[in-house]
Order: sequence, then C-alpha cells, then structure tokens
Amino acid sequence: MIKILYFSWVRERLGVSEQLIDTNATNIGELIDELKSKDEKYKLTFDDLSLIKIAANQKLVDVRHPLKEVTEVAFFPPMTGG
Amino acid sequence: MKVILQKKRFDPGKLINEFQNKLENAGAMVNFVGIVRNNHKFNLVKLHIEHYPEMTKKSLEEIQLISKKRWHLKDSLIIHRYGNLNINEPIMMVITAADHRLEAFNAAEFLMDYLKSRAPFWKKEFTDDGSVWVSSTESDENSLNRW
Repeated sequence: MIKILYFSWVRERLGVSEQLIDTNATNIGELIDELKSKDEKYKLTFDDLSLIKIAANQKLVDVRHPLKEVTEVAFFPPMTGG
Repeated sequence: MKVILQKKRFDPGKLINEFQNKLENAGAMVNFVGIVRNNHKFNLVKLHIEHYPEMTKKSLEEIQLISKKRWHLKDSLIIHRYGNLNINEPIMMVITAADHRLEAFNAAEFLMDYLKSRAPFWKKEFTDDGSVWVSSTESDENSLNRW
C-alpha cells in the first residue's frame, strides 16, 4: 500500500487530499499512468507533468524514481513559499 | 540552528534580539523578513499558506545544514508561517550569523532562494473577486543556479 498526498490546486482539482492505494507500478511514472487510467479527473490533472512536482518519502524526485521502499508519494505544483 | 513552523504571527524584533543574545563571538548577523503585500489590483483580503508538514521541516533543516557547512555559520533561524495571513503581517524570516558579513549575507540569500523553490509551501490569494493560487516564477527557479 502506498499513501498518496495531494496539495494546492492538485488537491482541489482531484477533490481529495490523501488516499491509500494498492499498486503494481514500479516507478512514479507508472503510478501516474495507473491513476490517469482510473478517472478523467486524474487524466486532466496529470496531463501536463511540467506543472507538477513529485515527492517520494518527502524528497523531491522525478517520474523515473522507483517505488521500491517508497511508502508516501506527494503530488503538488511548484512551490511558492517565502 | 532552528526551524520554526507556526500559524500565529511572530515578532521579528523579538526573535532577532533572542537570536543575537545567544550568539557567541559572531561578527555579523543578517536577517530577512518576507511580508504579506497587497496584489496589483489592491483587493487582497487575506493570504492563505498551505504546506506539507511531513516534508517542510525536513527540507528546511536540510538546506540549513548545507548553508551552515558552506558558510561556516555560527547559527541560523528559519521561521515560516502557514494558515491565514493578513496584509502587512510577516510571512517568514531567516536570520544567519557568521564571522563576517559576506558569509552571513550569502547564506541568507541561499536560504531564501532554496526556501522559495524547494520547501513545500503554496500561497493562495483571497481577493474581492475570489481566490487564486500564486504561480511560481521562472526567476525563482533560475536564482538557484547561482549557487
């Protein structure tokens, strides 16, 4: 099981802030494809990945990052702190 | 070294004094305070800041440690708020202390640049017309390249 978190407009568009999913994906890219195949909302939200940042176990990664040993994945737009 | 994340307003002057009182043999201290300013339409009602609690502290402590090693900092503080903020309130502050001013200035700028693009905070502006998530700028991302 992997915990997925969504923040900012990604969370608002999907209407969910966190979910637990069973996945066969081996990396983040495959996980995104799985999500996109589930629902049109995910397909639209993840359509342009240049707008989305990804964290695996609270560290920034890219779509090639393997899911082995990952328990938490987060999707969010580029940060705007400071 | 300390990272503070909180909802409530803080007093920059008080934090600066407390920080300075604990310093030992530092020749320079630099601080930067980010403040909520009105938008270009002058109709901002409030600013909301969302963050990713499990990652925020970790990522800030990581860049703090990097800056300490690189500029031999005597001490540093990062404080950042989340939740609802009003115009003119402080959003965040960094303080750095080093032997000399150049190290303290550089470390403070480095911390600000990294914090803006790498720490998981997102700003949402609430205005008379509705609400909008603030977009990141390319210049924020580009400013990382100088380090």
